Amino acid sequence: MELWYETSPMAIDTSGNGVFSEGRAKLSARTLRTDKWWIQPAITVFVLFSFIVYATFRAFENGKYFAEPLISPFYSPCLSTACVKGSPSFVGTIFGTYHIFGMTVSPSLFILIFPLAFRMTCYYYRKAYYRSFWMSPPACAVAEPHAKYTGETRAPLIIQNGHRYAFYAGLVFNVFLTIDAIGAFRNEKGQWGHMSVGTLVLLANATFLWLYSMSCHTCRHTVGGRLRNFSKHPIRYKLWTWVSILNHKHQNFAWISLFGVALADLYVRQVSGHSIRNLYFF
Amino acid sequence: MARTLKLRIWRGTDKDGGLQDVTVEANSGEVVLDIIHRVQATQMGDLAVRWNCKAGKCGSCSMEINGKPRLACMTQISAYPEDEVITITPLRAFPVIKDLVTDVSFNYKKALEVRAYEPPSDLAPGEARMQQVDVERSQEFRKCIECFLCQNTCHVIRDHEENKKSFAGPRFFIRLAELDMHPLDTLRNRKQSAQKEHGLGMCNITKCCTEVCPEHIRITDNAIIPMKERVVDVKYDPLRWLGSVIRKRDGIL
Repeated sequence: MELWYETSPMAIDTSGNGVFSEGRAKLSARTLRTDKWWIQPAITVFVLFSFIVYATFRAFENGKYFAEPLISPFYSPCLSTACVKGSPSFVGTIFGTYHIFGMTVSPSLFILIFPLAFRMTCYYYRKAYYRSFWMSPPACAVAEPHAKYTGETRAPLIIQNGHRYAFYAGLVFNVFLTIDAIGAFRNEKGQWGHMSVGTLVLLANATFLWLYSMSCHTCRHTVGGRLRNFSKHPIRYKLWTWVSILNHKHQNFAWISLFGVALADLYVRQVSGHSIRNLYFF
Repeated sequence: MARTLKLRIWRGTDKDGGLQDVTVEANSGEVVLDIIHRVQATQMGDLAVRWNCKAGKCGSCSMEINGKPRLACMTQISAYPEDEVITITPLRAFPVIKDLVTDVSFNYKKALEVRAYEPPSDLAPGEARMQQVDVERSQEFRKCIECFLCQNTCHVIRDHEENKKSFAGPRFFIRLAELDMHPLDTLRNRKQSAQKEHGLGMCNITKCCTEVCPEHIRITDNAIIPMKERVVDVKYDPLRWLGSVIRKRDGIL
């Protein structure tokens, strides 16, 4: 019998582990997939990396985040005296103003850490970045490059088990962003009963963030998933049913809300910097 | 309408083997298993392949087609372009017995490690009564046909042979979830054992098990993540722990 021993650009030294373990089919390719399996992780890397670069720039820019009545989601709620007074969700001066090497610490840094924790520990984003950044695995049935794997059983990844606390913090921020959106029904002089493009932008941002939070797996567990007997808790069962419907779309809400928050910030930045005018409908 | 197919079929044993080229006629509507049978009947009389129902319900004909874990009986030839060479290999997470047949006994050993359903001691056979809403979550998991495609594609064991000792795999996580969600099961330490004995914490929820499941069971969303959250309830959440101490219950209502 004449056998054809495959050679492939994906072929690597057989390390004796994983798909190259003793007894398994002798093949030297890490994968025999012929589809473009690398596109999805590549896009994920590009989008997430772009967002990280933009968010970092904006967090340290420490300016152009408020244009009455709009405040950027990256700087809301204002917890520092460095914030512009008059922003809708101005909380006060809890953190005062900090300086490092003579530079004022951006109030955004106190804020972004919470949504960042929520997204970093999110069950969907974990899939996205484990696959695309850590290549563990890069795609299904594509051998990962790591020699050892312990998953989320030890530090630092065991911290992923704290996702529910990041979820609770995320809900608090959703409330502030909703207040901001409601506050955007004012004009530049602070008078109520007006609506602009900025109002729609902040409303859409708050809506998508609520949908992202409400579709979260932890939310699903909290409202009813942890129950053993749904029949004894009809209201929680109903809530669980609704959250389960949203949960099907959690991935979509994760991406839409990520774009939403960046675009909302960009819009406020442009208005604040007088690059564009915030058009009023009435 | 007939077409000529170019196949590359893995032949060999656990010691050695490789891909063998073969050309065969295929008819419209045929699936990969039909083609393998034709090759077996006309060109490779000793080609080993495991199969049974040819209807996607027995889970026997699991293999990898163009590198993707699939059931051969549910993979239409028409899904592949005319000029594409179709590569067929055995499952790459398990040892080969011969050709396309692998030794999946790892899964049977893991099945034995999951403690069976324990009904209340005062419940006689035939007396169990449950509401539909209480069991419908688990009914999704009962669709499993034990094709072990999820086990095969899970990188925890596919890419790390050493993890087979401590990791049960997605097929048994749905079993554990089914039992932990069972309204009458009295064994209360399934969450702890899922984490400690069956390696639930090794799963990094990359969802490949869900992607390959021919029964479309939402393994990750409906079984693994709920089990992870239940483990957090009893192991990692200090507030839940405090609540369970004060209210003297195990965290599950």
